[in-house]
Amino acid sequence: MIEFKNIVKKFGDKLVLNDVSHKMETGKTNLIIGTSGSGKTVLQKCLVGLFEPDEGEIIYDGTSFTQMSEEDRKLLRQQIGMLFQGSALFDSMSVEDNVKFPLDMFTKLKQQEKLKRVNEVLERVNLVGSNKKFPAELSGGMKKRVGIARAIVLNPKFLFCDEPNSGLDPQTSMLIDKLISDITRDYKMTTIINTHDMNSVMEIGDNILYLKDGKKEWTGNSKDIIFSENKNLNQFIFASEFLQDAKLHRMMEAKRI
Amino acid sequence: MNFFTHIGRYLLMLKGMFSKPENPKLYWKEFMHQCSEIGVGSLGIVIIISFFMGAVSAVQAAYQIVNPLISKTVIPQIVRDTVILEFAPTLICIVLAGVIGSKIASELGNMRVSEQIDALEIMGINPKTYLVMPKIAAAIIMIPMLVILSMVLGIVGGRITVVASGIVSAETYDRGLIELFLPYNVFFAMMKAYTFAFIISSVPAYFGYYVNGGSLEIGRSSTKSVVVSCILILVADYILAALLL
Ligand SMILES: Nc1ncnc2c1ncn2[C@@H]1O[C@H](COP(=O)(O)OP(=O)(O)O)[C@@H](O)[C@H]1O
Ligand SMILES: [Mg+2]
Repeated sequence: MIEFKNIVKKFGDKLVLNDVSHKMETGKTNLIIGTSGSGKTVLQKCLVGLFEPDEGEIIYDGTSFTQMSEEDRKLLRQQIGMLFQGSALFDSMSVEDNVKFPLDMFTKLKQQEKLKRVNEVLERVNLVGSNKKFPAELSGGMKKRVGIARAIVLNPKFLFCDEPNSGLDPQTSMLIDKLISDITRDYKMTTIINTHDMNSVMEIGDNILYLKDGKKEWTGNSKDIIFSENKNLNQFIFASEFLQDAKLHRMMEAKRI
Repeated sequence: MNFFTHIGRYLLMLKGMFSKPENPKLYWKEFMHQCSEIGVGSLGIVIIISFFMGAVSAVQAAYQIVNPLISKTVIPQIVRDTVILEFAPTLICIVLAGVIGSKIASELGNMRVSEQIDALEIMGINPKTYLVMPKIAAAIIMIPMLVILSMVLGIVGGRITVVASGIVSAETYDRGLIELFLPYNVFFAMMKAYTFAFIISSVPAYFGYYVNGGSLEIGRSSTKSVVVSCILILVADYILAALLL
């Protein structure tokens, strides 16, 4: 579990995160949602220490991350996997080497065992046979999947994904969502996903934090969203008339049961 | 950002480089890779420049010495001393600042902008140790070797041209080379080479590592790093000459 309290982050005099607190639960897909520019990426980067929050506390499984020494943070980070918005694959390495890199760095496994593990995770993300390709030869969706494979290769306890399905077609996007939520359940990870994709919210939102202009506006799960009275949230999630209809439909269905 | 913040951040980057490698084998691999990038990668340009630099200084020395009372052995001595003292270390390093410096700055800048540096950090790896240290170490090992090569080639280049054009005979040239030779000059040149190697690698690494913004910034910081390294090389050249000569 990752808990954070009263996070404040400013860039110059621009207030990006304004007193945000929340708990991210283990074994669940925790979503941070909001329009672009609402502070999702900054919040995630604060949680992993790529940005230092100006105020507030971050707690990983009961240990304060905020007060941890740089050495302890390095150790903790070996249990963190992160998928970046642009995938952040190493350009100079093939798919296989990208995924193998954390194994090379942190394990004493034999080459053969490493390759076995690499193929295991590549299979998990549906990328068999692309081992020797380079990032420049991959489509956006494939890059994301390699990014996920690299993030989970060491069986992390915490998985962070920044917009895992931005720029993907709806079908690939669903596959990736499903993949992440399956992995989360199977390995009992604490997964935190930034998204503004309405499909992901409805399909995999176990625990949702809705940010608006850097403030916590609403929390709940995907079922709560349908019945939520929050105007901003409704406008954000059910932006089109089509989606408004879908929401009404779901509400009626839910009441009938 | 002002001058002093840059200096402070530069020094902090250098300090941050020294941490225990998570897996020495991978760091060694990266170091060897950089040695080949930096050393082998700039071999061609060093060979061409050194040869012509020696040739031109020999021809010009011959052109200026019209007085028949001055011995022809002065020509190889002029070639030898200018090549060893100034051309091989300084000129070559200024060229390398362009070749190697822009490569280091743009490679790191690209890794910063595309979040590859953040990705390393999240894995629990110190990106300064993994990315910056091997580049500086490789430069400090390889660049002085390139400078030695350049000295030899410059002197050979001078010999080939003046002998071929019949200005000086091969024996006179070789005799002149060993006359009045000061080994201290080579030591001085090597001190310069080590200093410049450090500048050529660490300054572009700094500019690349701290790129801020998009891909446009990568080009800008790579240009800036070359300009700053060239100026620093000339300043260091002057300081070393004042101190050691
Ligand atoms: N490194 C930075 N320096 C200054 N401002 C930043 C930086 N990163 C993000 N911001 C600002 O913080 C706000 C939130 O950005 P971000 O978290 O990336 O939004 P998103 O919710 O789309 O991920 C934006 O207004 C952005 O301009
Ligand atoms: Mg974002």
